[in-house]
Amino acid sequence: MKYILLMNGSKAGVNSYRAWSKNDIQAHFDFLKRLNKDLTESGELVANEGLGAPEQAKVVRAGNNGTPITDGIFPETKEFLLGYWMVDVDRPERAYEIAARLSSGPGPGGVPTNMSIEVRQIMTRRTEEVS
Amino acid sequence: MLSADTEHLLRELAPQVLGTVVRRFHDFASAEDAVQEALLAAALQWPREGVPDNPRGWLIQVAIRRMTDQVRSDVARRRREEAAASEMESVAIPAVELGASEEKDDTLILLFMCCHPSLSPSSAIALTLRAIGGLTTAEIASAFFVPEATMAQRISRAKQSIKASGVPFRLPSREQRSDLLRIVMHVLYLIFNEGYTSSSGEQIQRPELSKEAIRLTRMLHKSLLDEIEVAGLLALMLLTDARRNARTSSDGELIPLSRQDRTLWDRAEISEGVALVTSALAKGVIGPYQLQAAIAAVHDEAARSEDTDWPQILALYDLLKRMSDNPMVALNYAVAAAMVFGPAKGLALIEELASDGRLASHHRLDAARAHLEEMAGNFEAATRHYRIAANRTTSIPERDYLLAQAARLSEKQPQPSS
Repeated sequence: MKYILLMNGSKAGVNSYRAWSKNDIQAHFDFLKRLNKDLTESGELVANEGLGAPEQAKVVRAGNNGTPITDGIFPETKEFLLGYWMVDVDRPERAYEIAARLSSGPGPGGVPTNMSIEVRQIMTRRTEEVS
Repeated sequence: MLSADTEHLLRELAPQVLGTVVRRFHDFASAEDAVQEALLAAALQWPREGVPDNPRGWLIQVAIRRMTDQVRSDVARRRREEAAASEMESVAIPAVELGASEEKDDTLILLFMCCHPSLSPSSAIALTLRAIGGLTTAEIASAFFVPEATMAQRISRAKQSIKASGVPFRLPSREQRSDLLRIVMHVLYLIFNEGYTSSSGEQIQRPELSKEAIRLTRMLHKSLLDEIEVAGLLALMLLTDARRNARTSSDGELIPLSRQDRTLWDRAEISEGVALVTSALAKGVIGPYQLQAAIAAVHDEAARSEDTDWPQILALYDLLKRMSDNPMVALNYAVAAAMVFGPAKGLALIEELASDGRLASHHRLDAARAHLEEMAGNFEAATRHYRIAANRTTSIPERDYLLAQAARLSEKQPQPSS
């Protein structure tokens, strides 16, 4: 079963991250690299991407004739998607374990960030007979 | 481009070749890599140069050469004496031709190995498809929609676990066999179900896992003719797969059994499945796969949906229910009871199941409830349960089907003024 683990962050969180020391940032990168290596070796990693800075985000809607109307992120938006991990695991608890590990990544001074990770199951095209 | 015949030949030979190489080198993990390389070499060379006279000997020879190269380079790396390396030169081209019974044993031993209890189901599935099915890692990866590197790691870890478990290359004892066989059958059943998808045409070419599961189960059945549950499993797969073309519309929508165009069912698969399950049941020892196959046979033998022998299906689910404490069986029993005694009986049984806990939040419970409420003419309750079920399923085609049922019913009712 596949799950996507969504790492969300607040504007304040993103701003404070930018002020981390070089060592703290390095430690965090090393942590993520290690995690991805472990998930590849365990045969569980499906995909992983980080997203561009929230300030660059655009909200798009269709205008007349379907032309895109772009807008910046609204000032009241508090949570942003920062990145995601897609994993293929044998049971839901394993997805939660991986999410907890993501959440334990080191922040300033090596203290875990304890960021909340949203865990969502990915739907399949598999089916059984319906009645 | 590999012809279908050649591909079939290669995949048939894969476990036989692997068995021979493992017997010679006593190293399953490396032998499996070597055989995979030999299969790739054949896939490249045979279309150009023609299939050799003795294709199995050819594959064994190439695989053994790969193994000796490997051993030799390991030896060199360890800076062993020249003597050791020259000893390896004497590993000659095999003269052994296995007898039919050894060949069967090899396939069995390999199946027991690939479905070793120390492996997770997903690892056992991947390893079985590669080592016995002869599929490449890329093909298996595409079947499961994961990157090839991830699948390669899954397979290599599975092989490491088998190595670590120290399981010898020989048939398990009589006492161990039935437990191990149950795991093998379960893995094959999971492969079959994995292939049970609704395709809406947008999917890229991927191996047909249901067909592959049938092929492997047929192989197992030939090796173990006296195991009637294996015959039951093969029958169940054939009788289920027979309905494949009728199960979805051209745009990928699910079609329930009661509304399928039965002329699209595969008659050859049905007769083979019916023959298998009939002779299995006649042998007296009844198991859950045989019973499920018997139920599938009753459905497949009805010319029209309204001709279905529901009392017979109910009796079979009753037997199955006594055999296993699976709440899904109890749910199917409830639906069959509704078809025999009317929806009220089925709904009462479902009510009991809802308090069971194991099924309480399963979409199938709500889907069955919705179906029976609709039969009873309670459209509002039916709509509600179709929507709850749609919310709970993780299958896109099922969700779409359930939402369509809810929409169809809610159009029949006056909309509540909100």
